[in-house]
Amino acid sequence: MAKYTAKRLFQLIVVLFGVTFLTFMITQMTPSDPAEMKYVSMGMMPSPELLEQTRQEMGLNDPILVQYGRWLIHALRGDLGVSSKFSEPVLTQMMKKLPYTLELAGVAMILVIAVSFPLGILSAVKKNRVADILIRFFSFFGISMPNFWMALLLMYVFAVRLKWFRVVSTNDLRGIVLPAVALSISMIGSYTRQIRTAFLEELSQPYVTGARARGIPEPVILLCHVLPNAIFPVVTLIGLSVGQLLGGTAIIETIFSWQGIGNMVVEAIRVRDYPLIQGYVIWMAVIYVVVNLLVDLFYQFCDPKIRLNQINQIRIKR
Amino acid sequence: MKSNKDKSDEDKDGMKRVGREAKERMSSQMENRKKRKNIRCACFALLALGIVSVAFWGYRFAPYDPLETNFTQKLMPPSMAHPFGTDNVGRDVLSRVLCGAGNSFKLVFLMLAIVVVIGTAVGIISGYFGGILDTVLMRITDILLAFPDTIFAIAIVGMIGPGLLHTVVALAFVWWTKYARMARGMTAVIRNQDYVIQAQFGGVRTPGILLRYVLPNILPQVIVMTALDVGGMMLSLAGLSFLGLASQPPAPEWGYMLYEGKSYLQTAPWIMIFAGLAIFLTVMVFNLLGDSLRDVLDPKEWE
Repeated sequence: MAKYTAKRLFQLIVVLFGVTFLTFMITQMTPSDPAEMKYVSMGMMPSPELLEQTRQEMGLNDPILVQYGRWLIHALRGDLGVSSKFSEPVLTQMMKKLPYTLELAGVAMILVIAVSFPLGILSAVKKNRVADILIRFFSFFGISMPNFWMALLLMYVFAVRLKWFRVVSTNDLRGIVLPAVALSISMIGSYTRQIRTAFLEELSQPYVTGARARGIPEPVILLCHVLPNAIFPVVTLIGLSVGQLLGGTAIIETIFSWQGIGNMVVEAIRVRDYPLIQGYVIWMAVIYVVVNLLVDLFYQFCDPKIRLNQINQIRIKR
Repeated sequence: MKSNKDKSDEDKDGMKRVGREAKERMSSQMENRKKRKNIRCACFALLALGIVSVAFWGYRFAPYDPLETNFTQKLMPPSMAHPFGTDNVGRDVLSRVLCGAGNSFKLVFLMLAIVVVIGTAVGIISGYFGGILDTVLMRITDILLAFPDTIFAIAIVGMIGPGLLHTVVALAFVWWTKYARMARGMTAVIRNQDYVIQAQFGGVRTPGILLRYVLPNILPQVIVMTALDVGGMMLSLAGLSFLGLASQPPAPEWGYMLYEGKSYLQTAPWIMIFAGLAIFLTVMVFNLLGDSLRDVLDPKEWE
């Protein structure tokens, strides 16, 4: 266990280096010159000589790896530059907006789990009966549904027509309902399917037959015997859907004007606020990697039989 | 004594007959199920083909020019003249949906082609040769997989600037890793199969082994994954284009039409309803095709 954790942590460091390097390299591809930007933002047109001198001072003529190293040291101290739009450090801006995104993602995740577990279990138990067919139909519906279209439809029906909610979301309990539902619909579909498959697999195991033969009531079998075993593939799915959630929030937040980081980054792209975009990308990647590391460790912790390659297989199937 | 023996013989024969009949019944049931699966798969394939042909030739059936503006006819609700209504500058929504299909599909197919070829090739090489090459390639995929695809696309587009090609490149840059992972995993198993080892002993050259022994064995999985990915890619592309990151107005594209429709949600919901419906139906048909292909090509996964 300790050895495995150490190995994974080492891998995490390699990945984080790669992630930061890649983000840094993408930033290098921007068409703008930071030295020039500096003067333009002060409202003056620098001469070529002055520009060259400033480049030298800012270290823009150093080899790319040196620049990366310098940038990384700053980034590790939490200094990701200053957002040009908000004229505030990127970190401050991120810290202000991140809680809203996490709140939205968290509520969506709770919705997904609360809805898809009962549906998936019901669907597996009533295999090929009316309930199962209906649930499969709707989960398929959900998977194929673009979440931004869902969001627009929800908005049209519940905000424009029925006027139950405001069109522009307020950052409170009432405002979170529509964005969270829009975000969770497609995930509910895929979770329900995954839970159904996992349950069906477990239900065909001999230990279930054994438990039934001993006269254990069916609900107890389902919740105390099958559920703990069937939960593993779902946990992997949760790790992976963090990425889907964080990407999805960018779209959903813009539609509902939810003041999270997704909305922030779309605005940042519009005004070419490069430091802010960079900060956003790094943060998202780090969150995603760390969550997936935790999922892997959770596996190891709970069930040492499961080796890493099995987890990877589930990933590939996705 | 004799009669007894006869009787037990008869019994045995009877048992055998019953057993044989049961077996036949089972196998005919299996046959039926297989046939049903094949028919279902063929139906979905036809549907998907239908959608693709609408995408490529649909513009011929468009009643109006999708770019022609007509300010006397703006924001008209669906009617006989404009079955899907008109948008904010009086363009016919039906024509735009029909013509937008081609743009959406071209991009998805372009991306799929890039991703599948590169991903599978890297995966096979990595899995077959193993060693340091494998380690390096897999670490690269690890790093790329650390970016959720939308986030990576946002990074690229945010830095280089919005544009269709940028978006396609950005998505492809992350997406190939999925195919590389799968192809690598399967190749690593196939490499140690008897037929590959015998081919090696028989003097088949390495490219021959990769193309004629390894590739055909992983192809079914690749095809299933590709079919399942059409929907996902369409959603990703449409999502980014909805954010205005992949747009090149005024050319019609489904995601961007939704973006335009969003501003007129209160007065002209039909703009977003029909564009969204087009995306939804396309994604659904390709998901159905992918699922049924998996049933047919890879039955063990679904049982």
